Amino acid sequence: MFKIVAARTVEALIALLLMSIVIFFLSRLTGDPVALLLGDGATEADKIKLTRDLGLDQPIVIQYLTFLGKALTGDFGRSVAAGNQPALQLIMARLPASLSLAGVALAFTMVVGILFGVMAAVRHNSAVDIAARLIALVGQSVPSFWLGIVLMYVFAVQLGWLPTSGYGRWEHYVLPAATLGLFTLAAITRLVRSSMLEALGSEYIKLARVKGLSESVVIWKHALANSLIPVVTFMGTFFAVMITGAVIVETVFSWPGIGRLAYESILARDFPVVQAVVLVITSLFIIANLLVDILYVVIDPRMRSRG
Amino acid sequence: MTTPTDPPLLDIRNLSVRLGEGAASPALIENINLRIRAGETVGLVGESGSGKTTLGMSLMRLLPPLLDRGLSGQIHYDGDDIVQMDRAELTRLRGGEISMILQDPMASLNPIFTIGNQLKEGLRLHATASGSLEDRAIAALESVRIPSPEARLQNHPHQMSGGMRQRVVGAISLTRAPRLLVADEPTTSLDVTIQYQFLELLKDLQKRAGMAMLFITHDFGVVAKMCDRVAVMYAGQIVEEGPVREIFRRPRHWYTRALLDSVPTLDQALDRLPTIPGSPPSVANRPQGCRFHPRCANAQAKCMQMPPMAELAPAHDVRCWFPLQEQRGAA
Repeated sequence: MFKIVAARTVEALIALLLMSIVIFFLSRLTGDPVALLLGDGATEADKIKLTRDLGLDQPIVIQYLTFLGKALTGDFGRSVAAGNQPALQLIMARLPASLSLAGVALAFTMVVGILFGVMAAVRHNSAVDIAARLIALVGQSVPSFWLGIVLMYVFAVQLGWLPTSGYGRWEHYVLPAATLGLFTLAAITRLVRSSMLEALGSEYIKLARVKGLSESVVIWKHALANSLIPVVTFMGTFFAVMITGAVIVETVFSWPGIGRLAYESILARDFPVVQAVVLVITSLFIIANLLVDILYVVIDPRMRSRG
Repeated sequence: MTTPTDPPLLDIRNLSVRLGEGAASPALIENINLRIRAGETVGLVGESGSGKTTLGMSLMRLLPPLLDRGLSGQIHYDGDDIVQMDRAELTRLRGGEISMILQDPMASLNPIFTIGNQLKEGLRLHATASGSLEDRAIAALESVRIPSPEARLQNHPHQMSGGMRQRVVGAISLTRAPRLLVADEPTTSLDVTIQYQFLELLKDLQKRAGMAMLFITHDFGVVAKMCDRVAVMYAGQIVEEGPVREIFRRPRHWYTRALLDSVPTLDQALDRLPTIPGSPPSVANRPQGCRFHPRCANAQAKCMQMPPMAELAPAHDVRCWFPLQEQRGAA
C-alpha cells in the first residue's frame, strides 16, 4: 500500500516537472516579453537594460532553471497589469472562490449523477431510463457559455429567483455550479448507468439475491460498490473539466476565481500571471489525479495486493 | 427416511417460461412436471440450451424480468405456490428455505467485499441461530473444510484459489440451512480432483442436514455419484424421468440412450465416440411434434405429433411414442 502511494507521488512530481518545462517554453513562444512590457515608445537602451534585469540575456536553460528555482520558493514574478503585485498573491486571493465553486459543483454532480445512473439501470428501458439518457445526451452536447447565459436569463432575469452574478451567499452558487456541473453530471450518469447494468447482470448479484438479501442491499451495496470504481477513475478528469470550464463559467457569472483571473490576464497580456495561473491549475490537476490514484487503491482491494 | 407417499417438498406442475406474457410466445421451458421429496437428490441433465438453468432459476424466481413475466404454472413448495409469491415472501424464501449454488465460483463472490462480510450478511438474516456472528461465520467456513477460517474471513475473493472460492460460495449458500438446494453445475469450472472433493463435501452436508437437492449437470458421472432420481431435458421439455439406476440400465427414450452412449468409458477403447447427429433446435425453431424426432434414429410418421409423458415402469416416465425396450449394453 505504502509502496504504491510512494510510486504514484514520484510519478506526480515528474509530471509536474515536465509541465513546468512545457509551460515555460510555451510562454516564450508568445512573443518578446521586453517589447510587451515597455510598449512602443521605448529606447534601445531601455530594452537592453530590461533584458539584462529580467535575465533574458542568459542561455535559455539557465533562464529555465532560474524560473524553476524561483517558482519553488513561490515567486512567479510580478503582475504587469495589476499594480506590480506578486502573481502568486493574486492567485491565492482568487483560489478559494474557484475551489469552492468546483467543490459544490462536483458534490452536486456526484450525488445527482449516481442517483440518476442507479435509477436508470434499475428501471432499465423505463421512462426514468429514457429521461436519464436524454439528460446525459443534452448535458454532454450543450456548450457551457450558452447554458450559463440561458440559465441566467430564465432564473435570474425572467423569474428573478436567483442573482445574475456575485459571490458570497449560497444563492450565488446555484447557477454557476449547475452550469459548471452539467457536463460532468451527464458523464457520471452515463458511467454509473452502464456499469450498474453490467453489475446487475453479474453472478455475484445473483448470489446476493440467492442469499435472501433485500433488493435495496443488493442494489445500493453490492451493485453500486462495483459501479463506483470507474467513477472514481474518472474523477481526476472530471475535476480537470471543472477547472478548465471555470474560465468560461466564471467569466459569464463574474465569479472572482482563477478562471476569470486567467481570462483577464490574457486580455491584459499580463503574462507572468497567465504563466502562474496555468502552472497552478496544472498542479491542482496533478494533485487531484494523485488523490484519485490513492483513493482507487483504498476502495478496490484487488489493487492493494499488487504493490 | 421418507416414504414415497409423503407429500413432496417441491411439486412443480405445468411450469412454462415464455419470452413474454402471451401463450403464443416461444417457450424456454414448457409444461414441466417434477417432484422433489425432502432429503432427495434429483439430477437434471441435458445439453446446453435445453432449459436446465432456466428451470433452476425459476424455482427461486431469479429469472430476468422479461422471463419472470413469462412464468406460468405452479411451483408448490411446502404448501405455498412460489409463482404467486410477492417480493417480501420471495426474500423470505431465498436463502432460508431454498438456496442455490451458482455455476461460476470465480464470478459469484463480490470482488469488493471480504469473505467475512459476504458470509455475515446472510447469517444476520438467520434469526433463529445462536452464537456471535463471528463464531457462526467461522463455523460456516469450517463446515466446508476451509483451513484457518479466522484468517480467511479477512480475505478478499481474489486472494483465494478457485476450489477455495467454490467452497466459500457453498458455505454462503448453505449458511441458513435451506431445505432445498439448487446446484447449477457447481463443479464444471473446477479441475477434476477438486470437483470430487467438493461433491463429497456436498453429499456429506446434505446427509447431515436432510436437505433436498436439484442437481443440474450435463455429466452422467456426477449424476451416478450424487442423485437418487434423474430427469432428462431436451429442448425445454422433460423427456424421461426415473430412478438413476433404472435410467442407466434401461433408458427408454432414444435421446437418453444417445446421451449415455456418448459418455466415454474406460473399458471401451473406441476410436471415435458416438455422437448425436444434428444439433438441438433453438427456442424459436423447435420442430412440431416430438422435439427430438429430426435427430432420432427411430423417427416415424407418428412422431409429428407431440407424445405425452407416460409411466412405463413404476416411477419411470418417458415422452416417446416408441420407447426403447432392450437393456443397455445387451445389444
